[in-house]
Amino acid sequence: MAEFSIDRFVDLYAQRTSGMSASEVRALFAVASRPEVVSLAGGMPYVDAIPQEDVLDAVRQVLGTHGMASLQYGGGQGYAGLRDRLLDLMLAEGVAADAEDVVVTTGAQQALDLVGKIFVNPGDLIAVEAPAYVGALTAFSAYEPRYLQIDLDDDGMMVDQLEEALLRGERPKFVYTCPNFGNPAGVTLSYARREQLVSLCRDASIPIIEDNPYGMLRFEGDPLPCLRTLDPENVIYLGTVSKVFSPGVRVGWALAEQSVVQRLVLAKEAADLCGSSFTMMLTERYFAGDRWRRNLATLVDTYRTRRDTMLEAINEHFPDGAMWTVPAGGFYVWVTLPGWFDTQAMLAAAVERRVAYVPGTAFYPDGRGKDQMRLAFCYPTEERIREGIQRLGSLLEDEEQLYRSLHP
Amino acid sequence: MKIAVLSGGRTPERDVSLRSGHRVKVALDELGHDAWVVDPGECALVETLTETGPDLCYLALHGKEGEDGTVQRLLDLLGVPYTGTAAFDCEVAFDKVLAKDALSRAAVRTPEWVTIEGWALRDLGAGAALGTAAERVGLPCVVKPSRSGSALGVGFVEREADLAAAVMAALSFSGAVVIERKIVGTEIAVGLIGSPMDPLPCVEIVPKGGVFDYAARYTAGATDYYAPARLADEITAACIAVARDAADALGLRDVTRVDMIVDADGLPWVLEVNVSPGMTETSLLPMAGHAVGMSLANMCDRIVRSETSRRD
Repeated sequence: MAEFSIDRFVDLYAQRTSGMSASEVRALFAVASRPEVVSLAGGMPYVDAIPQEDVLDAVRQVLGTHGMASLQYGGGQGYAGLRDRLLDLMLAEGVAADAEDVVVTTGAQQALDLVGKIFVNPGDLIAVEAPAYVGALTAFSAYEPRYLQIDLDDDGMMVDQLEEALLRGERPKFVYTCPNFGNPAGVTLSYARREQLVSLCRDASIPIIEDNPYGMLRFEGDPLPCLRTLDPENVIYLGTVSKVFSPGVRVGWALAEQSVVQRLVLAKEAADLCGSSFTMMLTERYFAGDRWRRNLATLVDTYRTRRDTMLEAINEHFPDGAMWTVPAGGFYVWVTLPGWFDTQAMLAAAVERRVAYVPGTAFYPDGRGKDQMRLAFCYPTEERIREGIQRLGSLLEDEEQLYRSLHP
Repeated sequence: MKIAVLSGGRTPERDVSLRSGHRVKVALDELGHDAWVVDPGECALVETLTETGPDLCYLALHGKEGEDGTVQRLLDLLGVPYTGTAAFDCEVAFDKVLAKDALSRAAVRTPEWVTIEGWALRDLGAGAALGTAAERVGLPCVVKPSRSGSALGVGFVEREADLAAAVMAALSFSGAVVIERKIVGTEIAVGLIGSPMDPLPCVEIVPKGGVFDYAARYTAGATDYYAPARLADEITAACIAVARDAADALGLRDVTRVDMIVDADGLPWVLEVNVSPGMTETSLLPMAGHAVGMSLANMCDRIVRSETSRRD
């Protein structure tokens, strides 16, 4: 008699991997990435808007200026020239900083992982907005935290809920938020709530992790100050060039005070020694001069038009009872359907009809969000967005009919 | 022989199929064949086969299109021989509504079931009969899409109040659902291979979470397997007999896997059959082969010879 295992190392894996399992949703996404499917699922930036010549020029400059050093290891904190350049990007959003307080990471995603690594012990409580960026949840979850979920409304995180939790005696290690056109909800934290959050956390000595990938993709209205601007001491700020230049260069960063920076650098060196010298130098060159601002303006115009197209189409095709957010920037519209919908179960039917979205449950650590979905307008053309929303609308209508027939 | 291994496709089981296909290609190469992988999800199938002119197509596609007779009919039209069950029999075997009926007519034991068609719900008010369905089958029950593989869309229902949601979820994958009585017992898979079909050792499936759903199938460590199964000899014999009966009833050939549950009285109940069982390093059929020292190349050889024996 022999016992077989799918994986002979199965008894050896760490407890922290126990949440990593195969899922139907992942299997369906394998089909959703096919060209005939209008994918409103993935948040892929529209990199086609970046002129190739601008990138080529930056590449030539890197090789011309740095030569083979661009193919060499670098320091763990990241190429100093890039850290200087990133100050310009942050200043464009009103964040003043010192290059010594910046750690370049492999996308902001690595910064999320490193934050989890240096702050979270198994069982520690951390506060996250609900819904929250799924990549932050997967990064943090590897460190086995407990979650304190703070709901969002149209003004962003409902800080009163956090305050009540603190009054109850809850002590989260940090508060994670994506305050500008956040992923997935597309909502923006109001000015009043920014002040409230910053002051609450400062008084309680709870650091805030401010994740700001979309801040520069504002379609209308005046920018609000970053949390980091409101409290430079208590906010760890995470930035990325993924949405304003390229996700392929994998350049993000963390801005924090020195004690945190030192730990982040050590953790970063333990993870991958250093970032890619070549893409850090390339990114530095791309953001030298003014061309990035012109390209950014093109991106913002494109995304604004796509958002408008999506909202118009949703308005036209979605059934009564559906609600959705109206993002003033970023990539995502967040849809809430009548409570009996199960967007995870419905995904197979959607893919069959050649349209895909991300089911809401992905964005909560506790399985909520069954009746919600995230729709991304960043990548598909206007025509494809209209087509996709129309397909989705007709599916929702059919599902409603089916539901009525099952509940006569 | 020049053999095109068809794998990939456009179903949610695409990744599993690509893994099966790659392993089969390597095994066929080992046997001295000239084998290559063709992914109908990536290329125009007719054009590719016409250009490359294989002597045989080895079908390692999983799920709709690959297992429901679609590809088989196309290959019949092109006159390209293929491994596995013929088109019409695939269509019946893949569709649980038809397959359960065919099994039942042939007196092969399969759990009691009712069928609900999506259009009957939408147009004929079949929703009002849901309570009757629950009564007929009894609770707990299992709700399955009629045409889907890898337990995708399958729901386990304990309370009648949850039945409607499970039916909706299963209808997401298919136009009809089967509501089946849940048999409590030991899950067993029996592989049959060659011509005439020989049984492989029974594999016992023990999902740690209690149900052999998609995650339990494809997450390492979520399920324990025993090959041969820890069954008494007479029960093993009964499982093999019922697998043969199922294969005969459905006209299956070359290779198949029959999934069943052995209840507390030692009676095997057939749940479903697979005309293109997984061939990955972690699939049930290779696991069964391994238990008797049969390599994947041995298995592929049996399957290919089984097809060519039909030509003589």
